[in-house]
Amino acid sequence: MAGHTTEDRDHITGTATTGHEWDGIKELNTPLPRWWVNIFYATILWSFGYWVVYPSWPLVSSHLTGVIAYSSRAEVAVELDALKAKRAAQAADLGKVELAAIKSDPKLLSLAMAQGKAAFGDNCAPCHGLGGAGSKGYPNLNDDDWLWGGSLGEIHTTLQNGIRSSNDDKTRISAMPAFGRDGILKKDEVRTVANFVRALSGQPVEAGYNAAAGAKLFADNCAACHGDKGLGNKELGSPNLADAITLYGSGIEDIVETVTNARAGVMPAWNARLDAVTIKSLAVYVHSLGGGK
Amino acid sequence: MSIQNGYRSMSANEVAWAIAAVALTLLTLFIASKATDPGYAFHMYVFALAGLASVIVIAKRAAANVPVNPPQEIDGKPNYNMGPVKFATIASVFWGVAGFLVGLIIALQLAYPVLNFDFAWIQFGRLRPLHTSAVIFAFGGNVLLATSFYVVQRTCHARLAGDIAPWFVVLGYNLFIVVAGTGYLLGITQGKEYAEPEWYADLWLTIVWVAYLLVFLVTLWKRKEPHIYVANWFTLAFIVTIAVLHLGNNATIPVSIFSPKSYIVWSGVQDAMFQWWYGHNAVGFFLTAGFLAIMYYFVPKRANRPVYSYRLSIIHFWALIFLYIWAGPHHLHYTALPDWAQTLGMTFSIMLWMPSWGGMINGLMTLSGAWDKLRTDPVLRMLVVSVAFYGMSTFEGPMMSIKAVNSLSHYTDWTVGHVHSGALGWVGFVSFGAIYCLVPWLWNKKGLWSDKLVNWHFWIATLGIVLYISAMWVAGIMQGLMWRAYTSLGFLEYSFIETVDAMHPFYVIRALGGAMFVVGSLIMAFNIYKTIVSGEAEEPAKAARPALVPAE
Repeated sequence: MAGHTTEDRDHITGTATTGHEWDGIKELNTPLPRWWVNIFYATILWSFGYWVVYPSWPLVSSHLTGVIAYSSRAEVAVELDALKAKRAAQAADLGKVELAAIKSDPKLLSLAMAQGKAAFGDNCAPCHGLGGAGSKGYPNLNDDDWLWGGSLGEIHTTLQNGIRSSNDDKTRISAMPAFGRDGILKKDEVRTVANFVRALSGQPVEAGYNAAAGAKLFADNCAACHGDKGLGNKELGSPNLADAITLYGSGIEDIVETVTNARAGVMPAWNARLDAVTIKSLAVYVHSLGGGK
Repeated sequence: MSIQNGYRSMSANEVAWAIAAVALTLLTLFIASKATDPGYAFHMYVFALAGLASVIVIAKRAAANVPVNPPQEIDGKPNYNMGPVKFATIASVFWGVAGFLVGLIIALQLAYPVLNFDFAWIQFGRLRPLHTSAVIFAFGGNVLLATSFYVVQRTCHARLAGDIAPWFVVLGYNLFIVVAGTGYLLGITQGKEYAEPEWYADLWLTIVWVAYLLVFLVTLWKRKEPHIYVANWFTLAFIVTIAVLHLGNNATIPVSIFSPKSYIVWSGVQDAMFQWWYGHNAVGFFLTAGFLAIMYYFVPKRANRPVYSYRLSIIHFWALIFLYIWAGPHHLHYTALPDWAQTLGMTFSIMLWMPSWGGMINGLMTLSGAWDKLRTDPVLRMLVVSVAFYGMSTFEGPMMSIKAVNSLSHYTDWTVGHVHSGALGWVGFVSFGAIYCLVPWLWNKKGLWSDKLVNWHFWIATLGIVLYISAMWVAGIMQGLMWRAYTSLGFLEYSFIETVDAMHPFYVIRALGGAMFVVGSLIMAFNIYKTIVSGEAEEPAKAARPALVPAE
């Protein structure tokens, strides 16, 4: 109450204004809210405290290290070491036993399943799906139809060396000829044999299809790998054509495409990327998905 | 405009601008003829076209006898130059709707990846910078140009400095937007978040920005008021700091003048530090200081109340601009950035909490004695809710900068939610409030075509924001928790793809929230259009504002 009678006051709050006005806008001379000032000071004090404890201000060629000599790298190294130590102890047990023996030891089995599930999610799921259901071109791992065999050992080999993997000498390899593209069969012959394949799995054929010609074409070109009855051959990775499961679709156009240009899916050789114990666990996990033999 | 016989000759000022425009045209045509990249050549033709159009417009001014030096005052009242303000206002509505729409598209692409359609131009990777640049720089930038040019004139009681220069700023800035945006679709980017445009677009923006600074400073210099109003402090801090940030983070060396490609002079972690020093202060000075300037003019004006505390405005202004510039390293917690820099980034972010809230207090408390107006004035409600969102996100930001919190929130959608509570709630709403105020004032209308539609806009958009940010909170925190979950045997509990799968429902909710925000903006665009073309005119006698002499 300095008693400036000329002082401009806001009639609602009773607070003095600064006496200026811009385009009709005045400003009150309200003091800073006390709580605001106090919290502001508190955050500054807290920061000073933090600078004392943790690495903070840069100096000419180094920096203040703080009284506890904290380092985020050292912190993560400790955590990683602890995890590695824990996993190493478990891995030693898994590494020692035979692949086939894991299933008969409940403790090892649950360990392999846990590791397998984690590894599957990060390495296999992008192609085979999280539940292993696959999609076009990526085999379903839940059914009992296996291109290269579904026993524990066969799955383990596939995982280790991959399929048509360019960086593994022992990779599983086979090549179906591109019958149409390479001119081995004419267009109408491709269609005829595609109809034969459809008939193999009990699907309807197109009107005007010549069954005898189809059978002859199949016997001459396909049976060597797929077998006389089209049941496939796991040694060669050639699929069974007589069941209801197809990797690239069972429609007539899908099969014409397959016969014309062939298919050659690739799976990486995981021994280049994952350690032996993880691959072992993956084999157990995949074998357990539903289709293991 | 009166039609007269005979042309006046071009003024020295006009001749200088015309020569610059001709030089730009010739230079860009030359570069286009030797460009190594068709997208780059296209951009050079765009520049050439803009230069040519400028020459024609300047020549036409002379031909139409537009006065060389418009009077500074008419009948003792400032002869305000509102042409560029009008242009930027309409541009902001246009870019706003476009930018929000692109945001909705990429939100849907995240929920349903099939919407990428295997077509390069509309991949998420190209549309995402288009969205961020369209909303921040095209929408936000035009709002800032419009409001700063309006507010500086009104609070200085002076006509905008220069005659062609303000137009150059507004049109030149929008040319930058077009070049930047089409560049993203064509695949031209320097890959720096929020600073994607390549060197030649950056160079152009630098020229425009210096012109902006000069127009603003000279207008301040010409002011008739003894003191500079607080809104103008914030605008000046915004213009100056953005210039410094822009130069620092775009210090690149082009491969050749004929190539759009350039390389940054900083390397490794220094480059990362520069990037986030830039990135965070784009938030601090573009999206905070600039929009606080809007708040400081439009809230007291609309509420018809004095600003709550002059003292608070001074203290929080200086505290804000001093502290903000240090906070960038909190974007690089637990990275190759040295621990000491992370510490400083975090502690300065914490200290920034109260200076940020100073703006919120001044915004909200200005309404004391006028709270009842919130019931009847949806525009004021929009402005006040924007300040509330500002307060919320400036609390959330310092909290997320704490390393322990950041270890959970970093790289998750929580960050996206945080950004959008600030972007949609604060920047969006304060801009809408300002546009709703500005349009009737600029076009001399009694009011908006429909207050009811403003109400609809307010509620639909508010609900959209709530859906958006709550979906992102849940998705982000869930994602962070899933990433760090270990089984008792020491294996990761969830694969990455499982975390993506788990977020799908929240991505759908987020897209729904975004769609509501888009609907709100369309309602606004319609209301603004109707106000301009068929709003009830303010009676000239009652018009408190001086007549506008077109400078177009």
